[in-house]
Amino acid sequence: MPIPARPLALCLVIVAVSALVLGRAQAGGDHYFPPVSDPLVKEECGACHLAFAPSMLPARSWQRMMGDLKHHFGDDASVAPEVAARITDYLVANAADKAGQPYTRKLLRGLSASDTPLRITELPKWVREHREVSDREWRHKNVRTRANCVACHADAERGQYDD
Amino acid sequence: MNTAAALLPLSLSLSLLLCGNASAAPRDDILRSLDSAARAADPAFAGFSAARGQALHTQTFAGGKPDTPACTSCHGATPRSSGRTPAGKAVEPMALSLSPTRYSDAAKVDKWFTRNCRDVLGRECTAREKGDWLSFMFSQ
Repeated sequence: MPIPARPLALCLVIVAVSALVLGRAQAGGDHYFPPVSDPLVKEECGACHLAFAPSMLPARSWQRMMGDLKHHFGDDASVAPEVAARITDYLVANAADKAGQPYTRKLLRGLSASDTPLRITELPKWVREHREVSDREWRHKNVRTRANCVACHADAERGQYDD
Repeated sequence: MNTAAALLPLSLSLSLLLCGNASAAPRDDILRSLDSAARAADPAFAGFSAARGQALHTQTFAGGKPDTPACTSCHGATPRSSGRTPAGKAVEPMALSLSPTRYSDAAKVDKWFTRNCRDVLGRECTAREKGDWLSFMFSQ
C-alpha cells in the first residue's frame, strides 16, 4: 500500500512546529540566558552582584575582564590565579559567541568585532531593549544600578529575562 | 529498666556535645590564630571583646570608599538584618545564629576581611579588630 504523501508531510510539519515551540517554552522564551552552573563561578562571581550569565558577553570580553580583576569596575576583586583561570575557562566556554543559544547571538547584534565591551549594559542590543526605562526608574532605591537585573527581572537568577 | 535504656539520655547528650564541638572547631581555630597574632602585636592584649566588635561594626570610617563608609553599608543596620551590596545583591545576616554556615572556612573569612576592610576602612584590619568583630557575630 502506498503511503499517502500529503498527510505525512502535514504530520511532519506539525511535529516540527511543536518541537520548535516546545523547545522555546522549555528554554523559557526568547530572553533566556542559562544561569551560571559552576559552583566556583557562582560563589566567586555571585557574592557581590548577580553571577551574570556567561552568554551575555563575547569570549574576548570575559578574557579582558578576568585579566584585570584588580580594577573590576572600581573594586579590587582579585582571586588566586588558579581560581581566575578556572573561572575564565568557564566564561569563555559558555560565552555569547560560543554557546549557540539563539538569543545570545542576537544580543551581540550591532557590536563591532573590534569592540571588547566590559559592561553588558553597553551592548547596543541591551541599550535598545532598555530604551524605555526612565532615569527616574534607574535611580529608584530598589534599582540604583543597571547591574541590578533582579530588581526588575524577578527570574534573572534562573536566566529568565522575558519580563 | 535495662542498661541500654538508662544510658540512652547520656549517649544522646554526649553525641550532641561532640557534634556541637565538631561544627564549632573551624571557628575556634580562626579565633585562636587571631588571638596569637593579636598577642604578638600587643603584649598587653587581654582577649577579644564582642562589645568592641559591635562598635567596629557600626562605626563610620573616612578612609575607605565613599559608598561604603561602614560595615553596615552593605550588611544592614544590625547583624540580624539582611543587607545589600552596591550592585544590588542581597546579603544574608552576619549573626551566626541566623547564618549558621558562616565562618567555617578560614580562607573565606580571610578573603572577605581583606576585601571589606580595604573598602570600608581603607586599610587592613588588625588581628584584634577581626577577633573582636567575629566575637560580636558569634554572640549574635
